[in-house]
Amino acid sequence: MVTNLDAPAKAGLSIQTRAVGHWFDSKDGRLDVLDDVTIDVEPGEFVALLGPSGCGKSTLLRLIAGLEAPRTGKVGADKIRIVGPDPSRLLVFQDPTLYPWRTVRENVALGLEATGQIKGSQARIDQALDLVGLRDFAGALPNELSGGMAQRAALARVLVNNPRLLLLDEPLGKLDSLTRMTLQAELVKLWKDAGFTALLVTHDVEEALLLAQRILVFSPRPARVVREIRVGAAYPRHRDAPELQALRREILVSLGHDHEL
Amino acid sequence: MNSIAETDRFALLGASSQDKSAPILPPLWRGGLAAAAGWAVAASLTWFWPDLTPWARTDLLALLELGVTLLLAAVALSGGGRFALIHPYNRWFGALAGILTLWQVLTAKTGLLPLPFFPPPQSILEVYTDDAARLFESVWRSLFLLIPGYAIGGILGFTTGALIGWSKAANYWGHPVLRFVGPLPATAWLPIAFFFFPGSHSASTFLVGLATFFPVAVLTASGVKGVNSAYYDIARTLGGSERFLILKVAVPAALPNVFVGLFMGLGSSFAVLIIAEMMGVKAGLGWYLQWAQGWAAYANLYGALIVMALLFSGLISLLFFVRDRVLAWQKGIVRW
Repeated sequence: MVTNLDAPAKAGLSIQTRAVGHWFDSKDGRLDVLDDVTIDVEPGEFVALLGPSGCGKSTLLRLIAGLEAPRTGKVGADKIRIVGPDPSRLLVFQDPTLYPWRTVRENVALGLEATGQIKGSQARIDQALDLVGLRDFAGALPNELSGGMAQRAALARVLVNNPRLLLLDEPLGKLDSLTRMTLQAELVKLWKDAGFTALLVTHDVEEALLLAQRILVFSPRPARVVREIRVGAAYPRHRDAPELQALRREILVSLGHDHEL
Repeated sequence: MNSIAETDRFALLGASSQDKSAPILPPLWRGGLAAAAGWAVAASLTWFWPDLTPWARTDLLALLELGVTLLLAAVALSGGGRFALIHPYNRWFGALAGILTLWQVLTAKTGLLPLPFFPPPQSILEVYTDDAARLFESVWRSLFLLIPGYAIGGILGFTTGALIGWSKAANYWGHPVLRFVGPLPATAWLPIAFFFFPGSHSASTFLVGLATFFPVAVLTASGVKGVNSAYYDIARTLGGSERFLILKVAVPAALPNVFVGLFMGLGSSFAVLIIAEMMGVKAGLGWYLQWAQGWAAYANLYGALIVMALLFSGLISLLFFVRDRVLAWQKGIVRW
């Protein structure tokens, strides 16, 4: 496997949010999803946003991606206010959302095509496919892929653009547990090699502990940061490591799940 | 690298690799032989059983039936190969011989079904041999009306639908109009169209276009509106312009719907075409039907209906062939 894309390595982006509040207008009135969220993410850091399902973590990612503007507060990257989407900040969703009418290769080429860099980028696409181990499936259509392969293709589709920030919205949430473990390890490796900043939304405590250097625990909706936990363990981490087990217990308590099964 | 991927794909899809171990003797197509026997019976019956009143093309019919017999027999004896595709249809081949014979016995041979309403098959054959020029002209006059109208209606319908599906303003103004005017059958516009247009040809083209326009516009619009919003999010974060979003995301994602619209539009354009030809154009297959009815030439009527069925069914098959090519990525779509 190739370890890096041959483009100039850019440092990861830093992320700042200042007193971000956000809500949606529904027919039952205002639905608050984010409340006074102030966070800082260092360049190249791997941060997990952990919280109950539907608490508003995904909305925060959309704001940082620039797909929506916050109702109140500010969102910035490298201390510059985010006003719209940019290929340096890329999202990976829970569903691979590959375009079913395009082959794996054409899906990976999407960003280069959109920004007019497709000419002469074939080697770059090959490298991205190698990075996720899908070179042999370049000509396959998305509906011929397994869930894990499709999610790998979705990763290649963002990595080929050398993003400086990867916004991961429960990217492994729908995979079976074995594929999930494999991809967790691969994700850590990709992050270590490429040097981008990673922001992972998850409601899986173990996943957050395995992947992230820092975990921000969110309250139920409207989401507020209620806890910040540093995970000092070196990579590669093992899920049975005692220090992770202790942190796991601590996080579950802060989420209100301290009862034994 | 591509070849490896292709091989993997085929292995995944379970497609058989080329099997070279062919048996020494080609397998006999038994169903085909049985069908050939049926056609042999039909041919001899046509030839040896005299008509009640002699028909001009009875001998030709017998010869054609003999031809089908020999063809089927030859294919059956040659075994599989490229004709293997038609093997499952052996019962249809047999049934056609049966239907043809029954029809002939009830008409030409015994006269149980009254003339002129029930012409025997040989008289329809006579239409094709003796009135071929007129029929042929009718076919191309119909196509000449249908194709430009369908193309214009399809293109305008697609553009309008894409606009309505994409732009809020276009939707605000366009959607109510489509909802209000769309349900009107295009034939209802016929008197107005013939009044406003300089000639019956342009009026009919307009009507065919209208019949195609509405289903294509409505389905394209709903297709574009229904595109998974995450597809747009992906393209936007990757740096796609609005033009990119429309051409590379909205349109390909909506294409399955567009083809449903094109299919519905084709069906209603056939209806409009035939009525327009009957009412005003005085040419084409619709006109031919009316002309034949005027002369009580029922054999011509049935003959033209068969040609029309072949033509329209062929056009729909062509549309579906194009669709299957364009939408090869999609599986499990409605089959024709």
